[in-house]
Amino acid sequence: MYKIVEKKTLNKEIDLMRIEAPLVARNAQPGHFVILRVEAEGERIPLTIAGIEGNLVDIIYQKLGYSTKLLGEKEAGDTVEDFVGPLGKAAHIRDSKHVVGVAGGVGAAPLLPQLKAYKEAGARVDLIIGARSESFLILLDEFKAICDEVIITTDDGSAGLKGLVTDALKHHLEDNAGIEHVIAIGPVIMMKYVTLMAKDYKKSIDVSLNPIMIDGTGMCGNCRVSIGGKTFFACIDGPDFDGSDVDFDELMQRQSYYKDEEHACYLRLKT
Amino acid sequence: MNKTPRMKMREQDVEVRNRNFLEVALGYSYEEAIEEAKRCIDCKNPRCVMACPVRVKIPEFIKYLLEGALETAFETIYEDNILPSICGRVCPQESQCEGACILGIKQEAVNIGALERFVGDYGMEHNLADQTEVKNNGTKVAVVGSGPAGLANAASLRKKGYDVTIFEALHDFGGVLKYGIPDFRLPKDIVAHEIDNLKTMGVTFVKNAVIGKSLTIEQLMKEEGYKAVFIGSGAGLPSSLGVPGENLNGVYYANEFLTRVNLMKSRAIPTSKTPIKLGNNIAVVGGGNVAMDAARTAKRLGAENVFILYRRGREGLPARLDEIHHAEAEGIDMRLLTNPVEIIGENHIVKQVRCEKMKLGEPDSSGRRRPLGTGEFVTYDIDNIIISIGQKPNPIIKDNTANLDTQPWGGIITDEFHMTSIPGVFAGGDVVTGAATVILAMGTGKDAAHHMDEYLQNLH
Ligand SMILES: Cc1cc2nc3c(=O)[nH]c(=O)nc-3n(C[C@H](O)[C@H](O)[C@H](O)COP(=O)(O)OP(=O)(O)OC[C@H]3O[C@@H](n4cnc5c(N)ncnc54)[C@H](O)[C@@H]3O)c2cc1C
Ligand SMILES: Cc1cc2nc3c(=O)[nH]c(=O)nc-3n(C[C@H](O)[C@H](O)[C@H](O)COP(=O)(O)OP(=O)(O)OC[C@H]3O[C@@H](n4cnc5c(N)ncnc54)[C@H](O)[C@@H]3O)c2cc1C
Ligand code: SF4
Ligand code: SF4
Ligand code: FES
Repeated sequence: MYKIVEKKTLNKEIDLMRIEAPLVARNAQPGHFVILRVEAEGERIPLTIAGIEGNLVDIIYQKLGYSTKLLGEKEAGDTVEDFVGPLGKAAHIRDSKHVVGVAGGVGAAPLLPQLKAYKEAGARVDLIIGARSESFLILLDEFKAICDEVIITTDDGSAGLKGLVTDALKHHLEDNAGIEHVIAIGPVIMMKYVTLMAKDYKKSIDVSLNPIMIDGTGMCGNCRVSIGGKTFFACIDGPDFDGSDVDFDELMQRQSYYKDEEHACYLRLKT
Repeated sequence: MNKTPRMKMREQDVEVRNRNFLEVALGYSYEEAIEEAKRCIDCKNPRCVMACPVRVKIPEFIKYLLEGALETAFETIYEDNILPSICGRVCPQESQCEGACILGIKQEAVNIGALERFVGDYGMEHNLADQTEVKNNGTKVAVVGSGPAGLANAASLRKKGYDVTIFEALHDFGGVLKYGIPDFRLPKDIVAHEIDNLKTMGVTFVKNAVIGKSLTIEQLMKEEGYKAVFIGSGAGLPSSLGVPGENLNGVYYANEFLTRVNLMKSRAIPTSKTPIKLGNNIAVVGGGNVAMDAARTAKRLGAENVFILYRRGREGLPARLDEIHHAEAEGIDMRLLTNPVEIIGENHIVKQVRCEKMKLGEPDSSGRRRPLGTGEFVTYDIDNIIISIGQKPNPIIKDNTANLDTQPWGGIITDEFHMTSIPGVFAGGDVVTGAATVILAMGTGKDAAHHMDEYLQNLH
């Protein structure tokens, strides 16, 4: 059992939790993730490590379906059944002097520790962060504290520019020829289009892939992704990969294989 | 010589067991066990013992069984094999103890597996396993992985007084015994019982600890005070078929399929929250125990047509004989000399598998006749395909442990004392041999414990 030490609501869909887990905290680095089970008989779900302080591990989760909603019903002082990590390969921090991070929705959470690492390595760090509307933006203060420039986009124009992150990215790349590297974390469809754009502008691109996972230790093969025609296991080879050869369409298809079943679980929570 | 035929084990009726996950083979009654035990002629130089990887004293335990001294019979097995209820059920007896039994030459071998199971179960029901908590000698030893190799290693070291902690990556203990082999072959309460025994003996179990990530082997030894480490992390990484279409939706590796059903209990939906999606026409690729388990599990989940695709002939099937017979009785179709070459999908969902018909050529390095393509192809309509063609060690420990020598395929290299290239770090089971058997894993775990003890005694 792992104790929830603190819980914070970031917006009506997204919470942050601080969980006591010394074995996860000890060796964690940016890009690593955990797998947790909210309760016995629960699903194993992967979540990125958003921060570490001593024995405490921060996770930021969007209440999308059964397991994340159930997690959202827990409060500080409660416990979760299982919490294992740090899993995956640590993010590869490249030798770039000017990087731009692109965050979509809850993808802002895994992006934050990576941008911090770039800042600490001495790079100029810009952020483009997008959400449906103002109330869905998260971690703005944390990003502003480390980024040289923060550009906001919302679908409805309630904050920042009205439009998609790719629109803002296009302008930003046009205006800043010195940008060497792009990192995109968010919905697969967003990472796909950011990757295409980065390739157009001849920038290197890293993405963070989120296929369905079970064990997270390379045992089940559920998390396989195709990159340049080769198969990789996102849980041990990733989750961060060079985006340029990722088969994003396959990933979207694989993520949706269990959609109907997930819906059925979710309905049960409501009744 | 004794001419009584081998005593058959009672089984659940095919039509009933095809719909449940209860154990298929029901075990012997006391009377049946005695009848079968009488068939053993108590050889002077028992060939059966030499063919058992851990040298269970077979005629000796059978003699005690015949005398009604069940406790002594249990203790006799337990000296060499701490998991008799499990090995009695899952050992490939026909190629080990029973395969060498002298009776097998002219008639049928003694059913050693069934007798071992009977005595093991008796021991379990009466709590005969030695659980005395030996005084802790204060020397800490870490065991990585809770499969049969790790469990055997921990039990032996604990008996010698060491302060043993098992670190397991998953949220439950037992390794393949827990997440791989289905209940209808190995009921999970047996595995749980063995783990409880170790807990009673004073072994500490830590779940959710991925060694190499949560803690490295170096940290275990330099920062956490473990004087020796045993790596029994198994061979969990599924091998790929390497044909087009392998990443389509509806293509499972057996590990995912079995993990969803066994470890995550997806068949118990709605109590369990992990789903499993399965259609009616299921192809299973491979001919080993894993393939048979996947096929029979698919049948039990309600699939109507389940068939095995295997590139060699019947005599090449590596699965236990019992499981092949059970699978066929349950209506699993064996499509032998058939090799999948392409998985075909529509809208990213699997629809068909195209296979080449094979014929047998000259013997290959494994001594079996090499399957050769005929240039003739056949295509089957399917809803799912489950790939079960082998497993390799996963790379987590290898990638995160400096100076650990490994084989090109990922196996950890050990010397004759089971020690790796790092002093004080030992290894055994599937992570050393590649996917093998429960008894071999258990045997090396136990053997390594003996050498670890010697190593630790010589440390100043
Ligand atoms: C390495 C990794 C890191 C992740 N980090 C985070 C994180 O920091 N914060 C966060 O909120 N989420 C993260 N995710 C996604 C998260 O694991 C899923 O949102 C979660 O499993 C959904 O579970 P559920 O039962 O609540 O929803 P479900 O009922 O399982 O799914 C709800 C919806 O989400 C979709 N979905 C299911 N699994 C995934 C997935 N793996 N990725 C994207 N969509 C999915 C389903 O198709 C469905 O539409 C990460 C995933 C991976 C693989
Ligand atoms: C479906 C199936 C059916 C089988 N049927 C039979 C049969 O009928 N008869 C037979 O004899 N054999 C059978 N086998 C093979 C047999 O189960 C294995 O040979 C045996 O379990 C190997 O034991 P092990 O202890 O080496 O590894 P495993 O049983 O694989 O256990 C390894 C454990 O280590 C854990 N682990 C891995 N990496 C780490 C890490 N980094 N940190 C912490 N923990 C880690 C794993 O999660 C796992 O729990 C079968 C295998 C499968 C998959
Ligand atoms: S451990 Fe296995 S091989 Fe040895 S006697 Fe028992 S069943 Fe036979
Ligand atoms: S070889 Fe057969 S008959 Fe001889 S001791 Fe072993 S089991 Fe008994
Ligand atoms: S999640 Fe099972 S292999 Fe990656």
